[in-house]
Amino acid sequence: MQNQSAKMDTLVETKLMLETDLQCYHCGEPCTDHEHVVGDKHFCCQGCQMVYELLSENNLESFYAQRERSSARQDASQTDRYAALEQIEIAEQLLDFREGALCKITLHLPQIHCTACIWLLEKLYKIHPGIHNSQVNFLRKEAYITFDIEQISLRKLAELLASIGYAPDFNLSDLGRKDKPKRDWKLLYQLGVAGFAFGNSMLLSFPEYLGLDHLSESYFRSVFGYINLILALPVVLYSAQDYLKAARANLQSRTLTIDIPITLGILTLFFRSAWEIVSQTGAGYLDSLTGLVFFLLIGKWFQQKTYHQLSFERDYQAYFPIAVRLPGGDTKSVKELTVGDHILIRNGELLPADGLLIRGTANMDYSFVSGEAIPVSKRPGDQLYAGGRQNGEQLEIQINRPIAQSYLTRLWDQDAFRKDKEKQHVLTTNKMGKYFTLTILTIAFLSLFYWLRIDTGMAINVFTAVLIIACPCAIALSVPFTLGNALRILGRSGMYLKNTNVIERLREISCIVFDKTGTLTESRENLGVDYEGTPLSATQKDQLAALCQQSGHPMSKAIAAWAGSASPAMRIEDFEEITGKGIVGRIKQHQFQLGSADFLDVGPLLARQAQVFLRIDGQYFGAFTVHNRYRSSLPQLIEQLGPQYELHLLSGDNDRESQYLSAYFPAQHLHFQQSPNDKLEFIRSLQNQGHKVMMIGDGLNDAGALQQSEVGLVIAENTNNFTPASDAILDAARFADIPGFLEYSRGSNRLVIYAYMLAVIYNIIGLSFAVQGLLSPVIAAILMPLSSITIVAFGVLSSRILAQRKKVMISQS
Amino acid sequence: MKIIFVLIALSLLIALGFLISFIWAVKNGQYEDDYTPSVRMLFEDQPEGESTEV
Repeated sequence: MQNQSAKMDTLVETKLMLETDLQCYHCGEPCTDHEHVVGDKHFCCQGCQMVYELLSENNLESFYAQRERSSARQDASQTDRYAALEQIEIAEQLLDFREGALCKITLHLPQIHCTACIWLLEKLYKIHPGIHNSQVNFLRKEAYITFDIEQISLRKLAELLASIGYAPDFNLSDLGRKDKPKRDWKLLYQLGVAGFAFGNSMLLSFPEYLGLDHLSESYFRSVFGYINLILALPVVLYSAQDYLKAARANLQSRTLTIDIPITLGILTLFFRSAWEIVSQTGAGYLDSLTGLVFFLLIGKWFQQKTYHQLSFERDYQAYFPIAVRLPGGDTKSVKELTVGDHILIRNGELLPADGLLIRGTANMDYSFVSGEAIPVSKRPGDQLYAGGRQNGEQLEIQINRPIAQSYLTRLWDQDAFRKDKEKQHVLTTNKMGKYFTLTILTIAFLSLFYWLRIDTGMAINVFTAVLIIACPCAIALSVPFTLGNALRILGRSGMYLKNTNVIERLREISCIVFDKTGTLTESRENLGVDYEGTPLSATQKDQLAALCQQSGHPMSKAIAAWAGSASPAMRIEDFEEITGKGIVGRIKQHQFQLGSADFLDVGPLLARQAQVFLRIDGQYFGAFTVHNRYRSSLPQLIEQLGPQYELHLLSGDNDRESQYLSAYFPAQHLHFQQSPNDKLEFIRSLQNQGHKVMMIGDGLNDAGALQQSEVGLVIAENTNNFTPASDAILDAARFADIPGFLEYSRGSNRLVIYAYMLAVIYNIIGLSFAVQGLLSPVIAAILMPLSSITIVAFGVLSSRILAQRKKVMISQS
Repeated sequence: MKIIFVLIALSLLIALGFLISFIWAVKNGQYEDDYTPSVRMLFEDQPEGESTEV
C-alpha cells in the first residue's frame, strides 16, 4: 500500500511539473491548477479570470497587448472595503462637483504604471453606462471621472475600478478637498503678456537699432514710440506687478531685497522712455524694459519645479482612513468620531484615534508613528494609540480622545508647524541685492553731482542711465537658473527638493540627526532572518518555502526568501493561515506548522518576542528571528559624513541595538524611546546651541522634528506612499548618495557666487557707458539680453558640469 | 511707404490673437497635465463593435 501511494505521488508530481509552467495571463504568477481557463488562456485565480472576462466582454482585450508588464494579482478578499462610500455625507465630501445626478470626482489610483493603464482607464465608459467620461493624469496617478450617481453609486464605481485592478485609495485628507484652492496660473499669464510685448517692441525698435530713423519721415519714430509705450503699459502694470508690490512692502518694513533695485530699474526705464517719446527727444528704452521683465519672469518660472507625484505638505490626515466600521455593520466617517464611540478594527487596518481596547488581542504595529520596530501586544483594558496598525484578529475599541487631540496628532499643535522656514532664511539674492542697491545709488549720485557742474541735461541723462543699465536682471537670474537647474538634476537622481530655498539652507547645515526605523533600516518588505534550531535539509527548506509563499505576511515572505525558491511542483494540502497566529499546511504527508509561540505551544522557556517557530510533524525544529536589516551603505555613509557633520540618532524604539549602533555614532549621541515631541525638542535644543540641523526621517513620528529642523529630509521606499511634510524627499535606493548630494548642493551655492561675479562684470561694462553719457538705446538693448543669456547659460552649464564632477547625475527614465 | 502702418497694425492684431489663444489655453487647463496628452494621442482608434484582439 505504501509503495503504491508513493508511486502515485511521483506520477502526480511529474504530471504537475509538466503542466505548471503555466503563467496566469493576467498577473503572471504560476498557475497551480486548471480550474480557471478561458479558451486557451489560464488564470491563477478567480479574481484574475474575472478581470479578463470583464475586459473581453467590452472589447478591451487589447489592453493585454499594450501593457508593459503583468498586472498585480487580484485580491478578492475584502468585499466591503468601500462600504463607507454608501454614506451620502462621505460621498459628497469626496466629490469635486455635483449637479443633480451628474458627479465629478478625482480618484487616486496608485496602480497606474504604464500607457496601457491610461488606455484602459479612459475607456471606462465602455464598461458601465453610468460612467460618462474618465481622464487620467499619469504623473499624479489620478483619474478624473464624470459619472451619473443614480446609475452607478460611488461605492460601485470604486468596486468596479478595484475589480479591474485599480483599487482607489482614500485617506482622510480627501474629505473637504473641494475647499483647497486651485493652482494659480498668474505667472503664465504675466509671462505671456511680457513675451508678447517684448517681441513686438523689439521689432518696432529695429529702425532705431539700425540707425534708419533719420532716413524716413520723422513721424515714424514718434508713432513707433507711442506703440511701444502702449505695449509697455500692461507689462509694467500687470506683468511686473509682483515686483512692484514686493518693493512697496519692503519699503514699509524697511528691508532691502532684490525687488527694490528691480523696481527702481523698471520705473526709471519706463518714465525716462515715456518722457523721451512724448517730448520727441528720443526713442526710449522700452524694448529693454519689456525684455527685462520677460527674462525675470522666465527665471521665476524656471525656479518653480513641481513634482506632481510627490507632496511636501502632508500631515497625518493623508495617512488616516476616511471611515471606520462600527459594531453592527455600519460605517462612520472618521471626522465624526466622538469620545465614547465603539469601533471595529480588522487585520491591516489603521486606528484613527486613541482608544481603550474592549475586545480582542491587539498586535499593534506602531513603527510609522513611534518608531518601535516590533509590534506591541495588548490585552483588553489597555490603551491604544492613533496611527497604529493591527496585525491580527478583529478588535473592538472605545474612543477616548478626539482625533485632533490624540497622542500623535497633538504634535501638530506645536509652533514649529506654524513658522515659515523659508521666510527665516535670508536669500543669497537678497543679500547681494543689498550691496547692489547701495553701490548703484552711490555711483548714480556721484555721476549726477559730477555732471551737474557741466551740463544739467546731461546730468539727469547720466543719472537715469546708471539706474537703467545697472541690471539687477543678471543678479536676479543667477539663483533661478543655477539652483533651478541643480534642483532638476537632483530630481532626476532621486533626490526631490521642495524649492531652491532648500539648496540655500543646505549650505549652513552643521548637524545631521537620523531616525532609526525605516530610515537607517530597510523597509518591512526587506527583513533579515536568523534561524536557530535543528538544521533543515534541502528538501525541508524547499517545502518550507512553498508553504510560506502561500502567505502574504511580511514574515512569511522573509522566511520564504531565506529558505530559497521552491520548485513549482510543490503541492500544499490543507493550507490555512490564521491571522495573528501562523500558517499550517501539509506537503508530501508532512505537517508543517509555522507561527507564534502560543500558537505552536512551545512553552515559556523558548518563547521570545519577534520570533516565529517551526514544527514539522508535531516535532519542534527551531525558531526564526526576523529583524530589520540595516541599509548596506550605512557604514560608508557615516564614514563620509562623520568628518563634516555632527551626527545624532533619535529613535522611538528601545535601545536593544545600541551596541551595534555605537560603532557609528558616539555613545552620547544615541537617544532611544523618543516620542515625536521629544524628537522636536531635541532638534530645538541643538538649534539653541547654535547648530543648523538637518533631520532625516521617514515616519509620522518624525513630523515634528522634520518641521523644526532647518532642512527635513524624508526617505521614501516608494514615492507613491505617504510621506510626512518635509523639504526634501529621497528615494530610498539612493541612500548611499546622501553625502554626494549634500556636497553638490554646497557646490551649487558657490556657483551662484561665480554667476554674481559675471553679473558684476557686465554691470561694470554697462556703467562705463552710462557714466559717460554714451548709453544709447541700442547699447542697452544689446547688453541686457546678452547679460541675461550669459547668466542663464552659465547657470545651466556649470551646474551640469558640477554634477558630473560629483558623480551626481545618474538619470532614471 | 505709409503702407507700413497698415502692416504693423495687422501684425500686432495677429500677435494679439496669439496672446489671447495662449491665455485661453492656460485658463482651459491645458497646462495642468503636460505628460498624459503626449501618451494619449498615440493610442489607436478602434472600430466600434469589432473585437480588438491583436
